[in-house]
Amino acid sequence: MNSWNHITGFQLEVLREIGNIGAGNAASSLATLLNKKVEMAVPKAGVMDFKEIFSLVGNEEEIVACINFNVSGKAPGKILFLLDESSTYQLVDMLLGRGIGTTKELDEIGQSTVKEIGNILTGSFITAFSEFTRLDFIGSVPAFAFDMLGAVLSAAFLEGGYFDERVLIIETTFYEEEVSINGHFFFVPATGSMETIFEALGLNV
Amino acid sequence: MQVERLNEEIKVGIADWKVDRDPKQIITLGLGSCVGIALYDPYTRIGGLAHIMLPDSSQFQNKTNRAKYADLAIPDMLQEILARGARKSGITAKIAGGAQMFNFGDRNVTTLNIGQRNVEMTKKVLNELKIPIIGEHTGENYGRTMIFTLKDGGVVIRTIGKPLINI
Repeated sequence: MNSWNHITGFQLEVLREIGNIGAGNAASSLATLLNKKVEMAVPKAGVMDFKEIFSLVGNEEEIVACINFNVSGKAPGKILFLLDESSTYQLVDMLLGRGIGTTKELDEIGQSTVKEIGNILTGSFITAFSEFTRLDFIGSVPAFAFDMLGAVLSAAFLEGGYFDERVLIIETTFYEEEVSINGHFFFVPATGSMETIFEALGLNV
Repeated sequence: MQVERLNEEIKVGIADWKVDRDPKQIITLGLGSCVGIALYDPYTRIGGLAHIMLPDSSQFQNKTNRAKYADLAIPDMLQEILARGARKSGITAKIAGGAQMFNFGDRNVTTLNIGQRNVEMTKKVLNELKIPIIGEHTGENYGRTMIFTLKDGGVVIRTIGKPLINI
């Protein structure tokens, strides 16, 4: 797979900026949808192993909702959008206009609501990313899982053909303080995609 | 049903394996397309639990972590179990995992059936090593946790929203 063992500080800076721009746009979409202020943490970028990636979100057995997109185009990759269990339920409550705390399990309506939200937010992420790099990114129809974090994240990589246990990722967290919603974006470039992105940005690799 | 939680709990992470003996309990959390393999010798009550990610190491150049591949992890773990004094003739296996967690429902997105291939390779390797599989809980589309008790070789499968299963 890719040999990002010698990734430079400057390249990481650029990756974090991509995370900032993508998730920033997604966060403002969410803010509009919820009519609430949505904050964003400083993005993390780097080559991490699965254990480190899990620990960015939580314990391997924790329940998460994961919306999984394959991105095609000149710089293919993957975008994963993760929500922890309580954030998932609260988002469903807010979007369906139910009182917070009403949703206690994910029924069919809840599931399609979460999928739809994932779709919208990831769309915003991709749009910002495309504008920044002037590359076209095409998102797939998303796949969805609501299950144990370890099972969901490892399968998202392995079923997507990312077989290295060390993966180059950009992670951004956003949160809504009033009801405490935590969402994680992972952008995972495929082999060779970072070179294309750096080139598109006019940076020498 | 409840699982008796022992203090002597050992955790196996992804792409790793651990060997120990009674009274320990070995657990691995959140198997998705990965497969967990529990090998147990009832006479010495020595056993091991592996959490493999991929079926076949021969397709990869980087084999620094042998525990990642079914074809390497299982024989390596067996060797360690035998080195601790277990008897080969008594060893049996229980396996779990190998799910397909995501369904894209899109013909343009190739599904690699990685879970299924992990299960197939695990069975092939165990068959070659002449280790009988006496318990199995594989496939489907959900995550699993394996709790392996070395006192009796029992393996309990924990999933989300379903009762515990003894295999």
